[in-house]
Amino acid sequence: MSRLLGLCLVLWLGLVPAYAVEPDEILKDGQLETRARAISSELRCLVCQNQSIDDSHAPLARDLRVLVRQRLVDGESDETIRAYLVDRYGDFILLKPRFSADTLLLWLSPFMVLAIGGWAVFSRSRRQTPLHAAALDRTERDRLEAMLKDNDAS
Amino acid sequence: MIVEFGHFAMILAFTTALVQTVLPMWGAVARDPALAAMARYAAFLTFGLVVLAYAALTWAYISSDFSVVNVVMNSHSTKPLMYKISGVWSNHEGSMLLWVLILVVFAALVAIRGGAMPARLLASVLSVQGAIAAAFLLFVILTSNPFLRLAEIPAEGQGLNPILEDPGLAIHPPLLYLGYVGFSVAFSFAVGALVHGRIDAIWARFVRPWTLLAWIFLTLGIAMGSYWAYYELGWGGWWFWDPVENASLMPWLMGTALLHSTVVMEKREALKVWTILLSILTFSLSLLGTFLVRSGVITSVHSFASDPARGIFILGILTLFIGGGLVLFAWRAPALKQGGLFAPVSREGALVVNNLFLATSAVAVLVGTLYPLVLETLNGNKISVGAPYFNLTAVPIFVALLVFVPFGQSLAWKRGDLLAVGQRLLAAFGLAVLAMIATFSVVRGGPVAAPLGLGLGVWLIAGSASDVLYRCCRRGLPLRTMIERALGMPRSAWGTALAHAGMGITVIGISATVWGIETLAIVSPHESLAVGPYTVTLEQSFKRTGQGFREDVVRFAVKEGDQAKGTIESSKRIHTGREMPTTEAGIVTYGLGQLYASVNDTLPDGKVSIRFYWKPLVTLIWAGALVMALGGALSLADRRLRIGASAKARKAVDLQGGSKA
Repeated sequence: MSRLLGLCLVLWLGLVPAYAVEPDEILKDGQLETRARAISSELRCLVCQNQSIDDSHAPLARDLRVLVRQRLVDGESDETIRAYLVDRYGDFILLKPRFSADTLLLWLSPFMVLAIGGWAVFSRSRRQTPLHAAALDRTERDRLEAMLKDNDAS
Repeated sequence: MIVEFGHFAMILAFTTALVQTVLPMWGAVARDPALAAMARYAAFLTFGLVVLAYAALTWAYISSDFSVVNVVMNSHSTKPLMYKISGVWSNHEGSMLLWVLILVVFAALVAIRGGAMPARLLASVLSVQGAIAAAFLLFVILTSNPFLRLAEIPAEGQGLNPILEDPGLAIHPPLLYLGYVGFSVAFSFAVGALVHGRIDAIWARFVRPWTLLAWIFLTLGIAMGSYWAYYELGWGGWWFWDPVENASLMPWLMGTALLHSTVVMEKREALKVWTILLSILTFSLSLLGTFLVRSGVITSVHSFASDPARGIFILGILTLFIGGGLVLFAWRAPALKQGGLFAPVSREGALVVNNLFLATSAVAVLVGTLYPLVLETLNGNKISVGAPYFNLTAVPIFVALLVFVPFGQSLAWKRGDLLAVGQRLLAAFGLAVLAMIATFSVVRGGPVAAPLGLGLGVWLIAGSASDVLYRCCRRGLPLRTMIERALGMPRSAWGTALAHAGMGITVIGISATVWGIETLAIVSPHESLAVGPYTVTLEQSFKRTGQGFREDVVRFAVKEGDQAKGTIESSKRIHTGREMPTTEAGIVTYGLGQLYASVNDTLPDGKVSIRFYWKPLVTLIWAGALVMALGGALSLADRRLRIGASAKARKAVDLQGGSKA
């Protein structure tokens, strides 16, 4: 998260106007550029080993960055741009998988494990609590008394 | 000749490892003390033979013996000695032999230190170590033999992969393997206990130092790998949620859980069955990591030439040990007696929560890493699971745990008083909130996550400090008594405090990355750029040659206001041998932050395309890991863990520690 935020929220200080992935790619509109970085940091460079197009020097990554920016300039929304890319390259391009039947278990399983584990721990601790002994019931009390009496007698 | 000698020693080591597996286990099960006693000698023998094999391969590298395929592929006669020696593990075959070497070193250490252990337990532990060694030796011999010769001997080798030509190569893989493989000892102890049918506080006391040792190395290995990636890959990131990084993070998370649960077992004899399961799972994740990296099922910088035969072989080993371990667990664990009752609000209870969250975050990393593979196998759909997924699953679960850490640390064993602990931690909490507010007001705006993260870091550090203060300082006590009390505190208590504070330091470093500044530009000579609080000016571009490479260097002068702060260099390097280009980042540390320069290109007209980062507090990420490891080391130095320590001394320290716990 922090890395992502770090990339998106580059502070726009200083005098030099060039802030982009490659100096010649930058958009003049700072807001559009921020959106471009946010989108491209969540798109996989298809020919690289586990890099986003924002991080990659590969020519294909550059083409995709330029394409994303072009479409942003044309006024498309982030969602339409992503949809277009998924249409063209498949779900493989999204580093953040969409929530779908295919990814249901992916997104839910960590929290399911946490919930089930939490429930198991909780129910166990409830079963286990009697640290102090339970009160004696009537028959036990009678037996105890009889034993004590026996003891006194002898 | 020496190479054949090593080759032969390796094959012989496989047979002695088999002996080490079969006879002692037989002895342990059939209660034959003579056979059980074989374990130690067999372990020493296997150790000696693997050392010989490894030394022979190293010799082939040092003497640049280009009749050996492995040397030709990964070395060059002009390489400095350091890269010849570390070149041995720069490739699949050699690194697997290093894996086995570390495994047998651990087995030999267990054999040396095992004099005080019950003979049957020692025999079964060493037997399992032998089985793992035998399996991996067979793997090396059949699919990844580093000793194969060439009929036609080339005059020169192809050189090391330039990305690997770095001091990091000498340190990172051995550290990481010491961590990975170190957890095999915990696994063997778990299997030994299951075979033995007995598990108690003594078992935990034997197993804890090994777990701690493995954890320290893994912590250092991961931190080292992260820093290496940070300066080598040249785009300023330090963690990429790459499958290979995940492969090392999973055993770390699970191993951290194991570390905490063995404490509960040692002190209170509770969580026995769970600790056994964790031991099995932690090493299973180490094995899975080895499989992921070595089989080539995932693409990454770490997977060298991949070969399906290797993948299937490791998968077989994986199934044998993980499956075998779990089956044995299912069969024998119900027979283990549960002990040590405790109230939900207690140190034990807190450690159960710790285990739950750590194990779950490990599961999240595991699911994210394997899901694309499984999905593609099942229905052919290809998806990517990248950083955004982990940042929404594993990270929040882990962060949630961190919030609870100071509470758990301060709770008493058996039955704790949450209210009292809350009051004790009030100062720490106040400090954390103060830090948050202060950062908010200084930074103004920006992402909320950063001040929150910073507050969390302060909370962890202050929480640890307040625990230490509570243990040794009371109002009205003379200073000398307080110092004496602090010095008399068990080292493991200091270790805990230090490790948790280290985590806090890392958290602060990670939070601060949000304030990082990136500047990209094409600059002409003598043109200036602002990078955060600094101004950099392109001073000159020039060519330079070094041992085994030539490079195009750009040098910038750095100024803060009017004050000169030295220079920073970055270069495009071409390595002789493979003629492969790499980018060498320039990093200069100012205070706790770093200025990072990475050159994209030098243009024909003398202009330079460059990328600068200012990363405030970034060094804390790795400094925190060092502090964590230091905490682990202190804990390891605790006299109570030294099995050889006399019973008397142990008792004395126990009383001292017990009165404060």
